[in-house]
This record gives sequence, structure tokens and C-alpha cells, in this order.
Amino acid sequence: MDTEISLRVDGAERRLTVDTRTTLLDALRERLGNTSPKKGCDHGQCGACTVLLDGRRANSCLALAVAHDGAEIVTAAGLAADGDLHPMQRSFIAHDAFQCGYCTPGQIVSAVAMLDEAANGWPSAVTFEAPDGSDGAVGTGPVDLATSPDEIRERMSGNLCRCAAYANIVPAIQEVAQS
Amino acid sequence: MSIIPARAMGRPLDRFDGADKVRGLAPYAYEHPVARPAYLSAVRSTIATGQIMGIDCSQASAQPGVLGVLTHLNAPRLGTDDGELRILQSEEVAFRGQFVGAVIAETSEIARHAAGLVRVDYRPRPHDVDLESSREQGRLRVPQQIMPMFPVTVDKGDVESALAAASVRVEHNYRTPWYNHNPIEPHTTIACWNDDQLTLYVSTQYLMGVRSTVAAAFRLDPQQVRVYAPHVGGAFGSKVPVHSDLILAVMAAQLVPGRSVRFALTRHQMFTQTGYRSPTIQRVRLGADAEGRLTAVDHESFEQTSRLGEFAEHATRATPTMYATPHLRIRQQVAALDLPTPSIMRAPGESVGMFALESAMDELAVACGLDPVELRLRNEPVAHPLDGRPFSSRGLAACLREGARRFGWQPRQATTTPSRQDGWLVGTGVAASTYPVLRLPGSKATIRVTPDGRYTVLMAAVDIGTGTRTALTQVAADALRVDLAQVELRLGDTAYPPAAQEGGSAGITSWGATICVGADELRRRIAAEHGGTIPADGLEVTVDMPENPHLEQYAMHAFGAQFAEVRVHGETGEIRVPRQLGVFAVGRVVNPKTARSQLIGGMTMGLSMALHEASLLDPRYGHVINHDLATYHVSSNADVPAVQAHWIAEQDDQLNPVGIKGAGEIGIVGAAAAIANAVHHATGVRVRELPITLDKLLTV
Ligand code: FES
Ligand code: FES
Repeated sequence: MDTEISLRVDGAERRLTVDTRTTLLDALRERLGNTSPKKGCDHGQCGACTVLLDGRRANSCLALAVAHDGAEIVTAAGLAADGDLHPMQRSFIAHDAFQCGYCTPGQIVSAVAMLDEAANGWPSAVTFEAPDGSDGAVGTGPVDLATSPDEIRERMSGNLCRCAAYANIVPAIQEVAQS
Repeated sequence: MSIIPARAMGRPLDRFDGADKVRGLAPYAYEHPVARPAYLSAVRSTIATGQIMGIDCSQASAQPGVLGVLTHLNAPRLGTDDGELRILQSEEVAFRGQFVGAVIAETSEIARHAAGLVRVDYRPRPHDVDLESSREQGRLRVPQQIMPMFPVTVDKGDVESALAAASVRVEHNYRTPWYNHNPIEPHTTIACWNDDQLTLYVSTQYLMGVRSTVAAAFRLDPQQVRVYAPHVGGAFGSKVPVHSDLILAVMAAQLVPGRSVRFALTRHQMFTQTGYRSPTIQRVRLGADAEGRLTAVDHESFEQTSRLGEFAEHATRATPTMYATPHLRIRQQVAALDLPTPSIMRAPGESVGMFALESAMDELAVACGLDPVELRLRNEPVAHPLDGRPFSSRGLAACLREGARRFGWQPRQATTTPSRQDGWLVGTGVAASTYPVLRLPGSKATIRVTPDGRYTVLMAAVDIGTGTRTALTQVAADALRVDLAQVELRLGDTAYPPAAQEGGSAGITSWGATICVGADELRRRIAAEHGGTIPADGLEVTVDMPENPHLEQYAMHAFGAQFAEVRVHGETGEIRVPRQLGVFAVGRVVNPKTARSQLIGGMTMGLSMALHEASLLDPRYGHVINHDLATYHVSSNADVPAVQAHWIAEQDDQLNPVGIKGAGEIGIVGAAAAIANAVHHATGVRVRELPITLDKLLTV
């Protein structure tokens, strides 16, 4: 069954018709021609399709487009103004944090969102201390990523890189976290 | 041979396509904007072997939006005898998951739903998918020669007598599982027939292979087939051969002429349709004198192939190259099973073979009471152990020494007790790496120059993520002796002169050598025919890859040494690898930045092989059950705390005019053995079957 929905994608208002079975990822790639998010598995297992969905990172292959009528989507193509690069993108290039580049837009969107999550005090599996170190409650203060590569590794483990650029991805993110 | 001086080479340049890739704007095969695409979804056999008795497409065909259904009843007859590619040619089913049909539809959702509505009735036959029992019952054969310079059977001296007389002996079986490449970009195609022209966007490592294979299969002149592959999302060998998915896409496109058919394999299908690394059962026997000098080396490997075709994982290939020994025996055998045909996967042969040999060397070090670095140094050959040819360069000893220094290796009597820190058992391990310098035939290059001093290099080569676009431009600039900014490299299109595959770490060696010849020729003609100035209407040369006069004279191999630190939790058996360090001798390094990425990528894939990866076959149904990225675990970020790659300065004038050996494979070779050896050092448990999972350490 076809349904009309609207999405705001990388700052532009888009109306489109989708099958009720269409995932957000396929809506972007096959209906809107935005192939910045990639399809690696279609099962929420690789992270290549990561986009910002209403400000939070999400595997767009696991979302049905009809369920997100009116949503705000940001892909790696829309992280910076036209023609520009986001600091995270520049850092990935400088650190050679990719080879084939197929996982890369997902890695970068994920990394940008992850910086926000840490700044907002969201703990991860390796956050043993309360982020603000005071009352033992988690999630009350920012997590410092700049000095904790383990935090970055843990929080980025939803994004697989078969070219295995991990050893470059971590310092690339760390550098942005420091600035 | 003289090698070209480096100006652009040696600089750690950022990838030229970086800005496109980080935004997701670099188009991969499936993503090319095409008008009115149609979508293809495959139907696959649900039995391992047997016959299709009936196929009912009525429900599928009746779906609104379905453009066509393909089965063996309406598929075109193919002009290929490659059993893997001969899909939809008869009722026969050769393995579970083989293509038996496909649906073409207006959208991917419709295609997929309708593919599920195709009903196939089968008459199954009993199948044989068990390598162990084939080996036990002797249902094996010697594979055909894989590459003539690397024999599959070797007998030098008398291994049995030498083993009997040896002061120290080790003899063990080692096993490696079935591996799947799993590039994050699946195998994808866009196929479009227009009149008699076929246009293909393909995720491939070998454009010319795609063109010739498709042309032969569909009885076309190769000129009728145009292949584009500007960007490829990883491959690791799976995208060297043409697989049946491409054949299916071309068949589908024939049904809807003028429409561009998009086809992407699902992750599930990636475990069946794209080749894989065969499991291996290897036996290594080593004999040594009391000082640890090898007197005999025997390496046997048993692997599987399919009944449709033969591919042998040449696991013993590196063994004759590694260590000096008067007596050497190599055997290689395959069993043909009712499974898909295995194929090339990163460092085919070496990656699994060196797990066995380098584990056995560690066992020998323990048995001799020798430091494992020292053991390897003691067995360095002066010339190639098999045929006595000198090595054009052999950096193993230098890599071992430099690696030991950088890693902080503590020389040990192999019996030293490991340390314990906060409940973790800590150990270190070492292993050697090697990979031959291959030379793949079939490359040409065109170089054009215009009077403004701009050079264009054209080749149907491809960048699969290795950094070719960047590094090969550096090579071209130096070959032409001009600034990098004056050179533009165009690749990824069969309209350009043919190029060998990006595989076997031989892409850049073959293409680079060809470009060097072209640059010489261009300069020669400008000097001889145009008095040293570029003519007003420019000049163009097209050349073939040069012969290498030293090929027969020297043994040419890259080497390396890998070190790993391992922690095994004393209570849970959890295994972590806090540190991997590799030092490599790969000739000249063209771009330190991208080369380093290749090496750490290989080493990390080796970590993945050591601890995580295994495709598990269900013998009842003949298929891989963990066919997704949740259950086939590849290393994730949190698995990789620190991996470092270094190299020694190595000038080798015999290889090719660029002086390079290639760096794509060697990082994976030896990595798993270094980790397994460190696990043994940490725990005293020798794991001879990969992956090293915690259940195998329960005796700790
Ligand atoms: S494609 Fe969405 S997680 Fe892999
Ligand atoms: S760069 Fe190739 S998968 Fe990450």
C-alpha cells in the first residue's frame, strides 16, 4: 500500500510516496536518491545506514518510513552546509579513518551524535564512574571522551568497519572531542 | 632494473576521494542515478542437492508492479561452462541457496515480496557437505596447479628419515573454519540493455574480468559490454571473480530492455553467493636439531571445493619460502562437496597456512626451550629453500628485530611463566608474515599530455578502498617526473585500456610498472619526435605492462613480523588483545598513510580471524546458519584497542620499476598465529583450531 509522507532531509522539505513496507533507508536511497546512508545488512547489525533521526542516531534500515512522517533527517551529506565539511569529516580524512568509505557516512553521523550523547551524560557500558564523579548517579554530567578512547570504542561499536580502520577512527573522533 | 626516484611517492597524502566518501557522495555501484530503475530479488534453493520438480510463478507474476519472473524455464542459455555461473540452466540444484529464480519489479519491496511467492517443488537427493568425513574416508584429490610457480606437491630430500632422526619433533593438526569476506558493501549491480549494448555498474575488483566473463556467458562481443566501477565498498577477494549474482542481473535486464535493473545481494545471500574461504585441516610436522635448526618440514592441507568447480585454498604455499630445511614435503588435497565453490579471500593460502606453520614454530620453540624470535632467526635461509634462487630482498630478520625492539619483546626461554595482573593472565606472542610479489598479466595504460603540461593516465583499474586513486597518481607523477597537480588518473571504466585485477596485492605493482613504461615512452617520443617540447595538439601513448627480466632469477616476497599481547581472564576465559604490533618489509611505501591503513586493516582482520570469525555449517541442510553480521562476528571497534603497523626501509630494484611489493594481504598473514601463540604464553593452552573462543580455554 502506498502512502504519502513528508520528511525534512538535510534541511530540505521532501514529499514522497512510500510503500508501507519501505524502510527509512530505502526511502532515502531509492525514493529520494540520497545515497549517503549505506545499506550494509538491512538488519540493524552494521551501522552503515546511520542517520540523525530527529536529532538522535538511528539505524534507518530498522525504521519504517511511514512511521516517521514529518521527521527531521540528517545524513552525512547534510552535516555541513553545501560544499563544506563538518569537523568530524575533516578529522576522518586527516586520520585516514576509512578505506573503502562504505561504512564511513554511518561512522561519521554516529560519531557526531555520540559526542552529544556523551556531553549529555549518557553512560555507556564502560562508564563505571558517575560521569560527574559526585553522587554516584549516572547520566548527571558530561562524559569526557577526549581522554577516554575506551568510551569512544564502546560507543562506536555499533558501526562495523570491515576495512578495519578502527585504529584511525578512534583518534579521529578523539581529536574532535578535544576541540 | 632501475627504480624511479621518489618525489610524490613517500608522502602521506590524504585520499583524493576522501571529501566525497566522508559525505557519502562517492557513488558505489547500486547508487548510480538511473532513470526508472527496476529492482531484482532472487529466489534460492531450499535444498542442498536434488531437482526442481515444479515451479509456480503465478502468484508472483500476478502482483501489481511485477515486471517479470525468471526461472530455468525462461532463462537464456548461457555460453559458459563455469558451474558456479551456470544458473537457471536446468532443474538441477547443486547447493543450498543456489539461485533458482528471480523477480523483477518496479520497487524493491514488490520484488522481494513477490520472490517469496514463487513456489518451488523439489525432489531432494542426499548430500555430502562434510570435509572431516571426506578426509577420513579418503574422498580427496590433488588439486590442479593453482599458480605454476607455487607447486601443490613438493618432495625435497627425505622427510620421514629426517623426522625419525630429529632431536626435537612437533607434529600437530591445525584447523581453520569457513570464512566469509563480508565487505560492508554487498555485491551489487546495475545492468541495462540498450539495443545491443550492455551497461554495467558493478562492485568489482576486476572490470576486465567482468567484461570478458559476461561477454562469454551471454555470447557477446566484449565491445558490447561497458563496465563502470568508480568506487567499491570493500571486497577482500570476493569481488575478483564474477559470481552468479551478476549473471542473474544481466539475465533480468534482458527481460526488461531499456530499464536499469538494480540488484544488491542481501547479507544472508552474501554467505552463499560470493565465494568464501574453505575450512582447512592442516597437519604440520617439524623436526629440528638440539639447537633448533630445522631438519624437516612437512605441511599437509585438506580443504573443500564444490562439485561445480575447483578452487583450492593454497594453504601450504608460503611454507617452502619461510625457513631453511634440507627436507621438505608439501601436500595439498581437496574434497568436492555439495556446497558453493570457495574462492579467493585476503591472502588466499597464506593467511590460514601461516596460522598452522607459525603456531607449529612456536610449539617448536617451546620444545627446544628457545625464544621464538631467536628460533626464527636461526632458521633464516640464505636463498630460497626450494630452488636455491636468491631473494630479491628478504626482510624477515630485520622485521623480527625491529618488531621485538618496538614491542618491548622480552626474550624468553619458552618455559617462562606468564604474568598475572588483576585476575588477567597476560602473555605475548610472535609470528612471521609473508606474501609473494605477484605479477598479474593483462595491463595497458594510456598517457596523454597536452601542451599546458597536463597529463592524463587512463586504465581500467579500480580502487576498492586500498587508496589506488591516490597512490597510483603519486607513482604516475614520479614516473612522469612532473608535479602531482599536473596528473589526473582515470580508472573504473572499461572504456580505458585493460588493467589486471586489484587482487593478490598485485594491483599497484602491475599498474605502476605499466605506467612507468608509458611515462618513459612518452618522454622518449617528445624528445625524439618533437625536439623536447610537447606538440601543440598534445601526444598520447599506450603501452603494455613490461616483462620483468629478473622474474626467473629471484624469489620475490614481502615479509613481516607480528607481535601481540593477550590477556585472558582467569575466571571467565575472556580474551582481549590489548596490543598488536607489526613490522613489514614491503619494498617502497608509496603513500605511508594509505599503506598503513592497509596494514592495520589486515592485522585487524587477522585479530578477527583469531578470535571471532567462523561460518558454521549445518550439515543437515548444507548451509551456513550464522549468515548475518550479528552472529558471524567480525571485529568491532571495542575489540581493537591498539594496532600499530611499521615498516623497514627496503629498496628492491628487481621487483618492478616502482620498487613496490604491495601491502594489501600481508597484514592478515601471521596475525592469528601471533595471537594464538600469545594465548599459549598467557595460559599454557595451545589452541590449534580457530577461532580461539573462551570454551577452548576452559582448562585454564
Ligand atoms: S544497513 Fe542498517 S544497520 Fe546495517
Ligand atoms: S571503510 Fe570500508 S568498511 Fe569501513
